[in-house]
Amino acid sequence: MNAEIRNMKTNAELALAEAYSSGKARLPGGRTVVALREAAAARFDALGLPHRRVEEWKYTDLRALMREARPIAGAPDAAGIARAKDAGLRIGDMEARRIVFVDGTFVPEISDLTDLSPGLIIRSMAQALAAGDPLVEAHLGKVVPPDREGVVALNTALMRDGAVIHVAKGATVERPIHLVFAATGQTPASVFTRSLVVIEAGARVMLVESHDASAGHQVNTALELVVGDKAHVDHIKITGGPSDLVHVSSLMASIGAHARFNDFAFNIGGGVVRNQTFVRFDGEGTLAGLRGASLLNGKQHVDSTLVVDHQAPGCQSREVFATVLDGESRGVFQGKIVVRPHAQQTDARMMTRALLLSDEAEADSKPELEIFADDVQCGHGATSGALDEDLKFYLMARGIPETDAEALLVQAFVGEAIEGIEHAGLRDALMEQVVAWLRARGA
Amino acid sequence: MLEVKNLHVTVDGKQILNGLDLVVDKGEVHAIMGPNGSGKSTLAYVMAGKPGYEATQGQILLDGEDILAMQSDERAANGLFLAFQYPLEIPGVATMTFLRTALNAQRKKRGEAELSTPEFLKLVREAAGKLEIDMDMLRRGVNVGFSGGEKKRNEILQMALLQPRLCVLDETDSGLDIDALKIVSDGVNRLRSPDRSMLVITHYQRLLDHIVPDVVHVLSAGRIVKTGGKELALELEASGYAQFQGEVAHAS
Ligand SMILES: Nc1ncnc2c1ncn2[C@@H]1O[C@H](COP(=O)(O)OP(=O)(O)OP(=O)(O)O)[C@@H](O)[C@H]1O
Ligand SMILES: [Mg+2]
Repeated sequence: MNAEIRNMKTNAELALAEAYSSGKARLPGGRTVVALREAAAARFDALGLPHRRVEEWKYTDLRALMREARPIAGAPDAAGIARAKDAGLRIGDMEARRIVFVDGTFVPEISDLTDLSPGLIIRSMAQALAAGDPLVEAHLGKVVPPDREGVVALNTALMRDGAVIHVAKGATVERPIHLVFAATGQTPASVFTRSLVVIEAGARVMLVESHDASAGHQVNTALELVVGDKAHVDHIKITGGPSDLVHVSSLMASIGAHARFNDFAFNIGGGVVRNQTFVRFDGEGTLAGLRGASLLNGKQHVDSTLVVDHQAPGCQSREVFATVLDGESRGVFQGKIVVRPHAQQTDARMMTRALLLSDEAEADSKPELEIFADDVQCGHGATSGALDEDLKFYLMARGIPETDAEALLVQAFVGEAIEGIEHAGLRDALMEQVVAWLRARGA
Repeated sequence: MLEVKNLHVTVDGKQILNGLDLVVDKGEVHAIMGPNGSGKSTLAYVMAGKPGYEATQGQILLDGEDILAMQSDERAANGLFLAFQYPLEIPGVATMTFLRTALNAQRKKRGEAELSTPEFLKLVREAAGKLEIDMDMLRRGVNVGFSGGEKKRNEILQMALLQPRLCVLDETDSGLDIDALKIVSDGVNRLRSPDRSMLVITHYQRLLDHIVPDVVHVLSAGRIVKTGGKELALELEASGYAQFQGEVAHAS
């Protein structure tokens, strides 16, 4: 049986395996890293690309959606760097420290590593892997490793570069850190980035990731995040790009006691996007908000899959996702909440809402609750529907033209999720992107 | 001036208005009374262009121009305002944003310049003050968490800001306590002017003590069955609508 499945490997799977075996000698890392990669490559070999018979991927058949694998991007040349010079330069009026990765490689010339506040360390993953960085040795591949995850295994096998960030105990990083991932290559390529962020107890930081790529790219990015006790962390991920982009992203976060974690995923581009988030509560009394907003059109396919694992008592998780679907797009939300036996007084809620602007669009949602404790509050809700015609009429009856009335209602719809972002400047900037998206739709 | 001629309206294939005729001259206030389900809100909605309310025959002329072919927003820009019987809640759209968008959209359509922020704020502050509406409330979503009476006052605020030439008020008095009724009526009366017409739909004489109409109509089974002066409202209060059932039978 196994042999049969092996024989049925797709071109993409074969090409990825070949890319690993022929390229591994040039990938960064000493003996421990090599062992990690080898084990991950073996896991990928066994699992392959996820497909619809894998429950967690049933709505996103990556094997079918990614028939061919692009060659792995090399380090960018001067022209590539020049093209990325302004990538992610501004997000509204947010003043952030920009750390730029072009075609998956850290580019110091266009990054800002000056005046790091006390307790903040930022370095490139490639350097950290090569140097045997103790932080990487301690955490890489160990922060909430998901089971049976072919794409995470593939990322581990082929990871080249990314950010390694450490925020020391009690340190407050005032300036948001903006990790800019830009793939600007003129021929389609695949990019594997891996980052590790460790925030010690009582520290505070805001981390923004923005992802964009040129036509035909395949991006597999992963972030491992360790949040210490009483730390306060905001993480915002913005994904855009052309309609033939395949973007697979994995966030693995473990959170200590009495901490606050605010996560937001904003999807406003790309062809096939999979954002998978694995969050584990490791200490009591922590609050986590996991929110997202997606604006889809054409044949876009955006899948938000979350696993929230309450392993400690008295934690609160809130998931709020809003998806606007136009054209023939498809939006998927899968949310799983696990409450372990001793995680009493868990308060976990998830809400996902889809607004269908076209009859051809489709929204799927799959909530799952696995509750092993008795004193808990868990809830989930899902709605899906078209714009409210009565509200539209009310607005129009006051003189607001139809397209503007629709735009106001769509903004209100995504606004509820965007409100969850604490940084006012970023909130406004994302709302501006929503307005621009609506304007392009009306045009 | 408003002229409704031989108006027939169906909703979901059901005939609701059957040849309604009505003329409201400039500067006049007309009241429409009538039993539940007689078609009063239907008349208001079809004037404002609510989807699903289909005029199968007849005309609605506003200063000689047929508004039936216009989109709802064009009708509003042409000076029609409907105060809803049940104002809707729009979570996520701040009332201030809503008011400003509406006002500027109408101005734009009429070829007027948009209002600056200070100009707009001054207008709202004045109008809200007169209606005893707290500015903090206007920062909330449209009608979200407003009491029934606050929603009605918010309708009159919109009317005051938009300065329409034809106001249609659908049961603006329902749900108002005595003090709020006075505030709202005063707000409406301030808008009475020689070049503005009003159509006030109500069940109760009480409102008409405050907003004294020039003419009172009785609507029954989709037609105007009786027209008179303001004393007609008092008569109805005493006798009810039973006397019109026969006329309805005759009319249909
Ligand atoms: N969508 C609809 N489908 C079928 N019938 C409808 C629809 N909407 C309204 N009607 C009917 O039209 C008739 C008139 O309704 P309308 O709301 O205009 O009455 P009204 O005079 O305003 O009553 P009220 O005094 O109770 O406000 C009623 O019989 C009502 O049931
Ligand atoms: Mg009514």
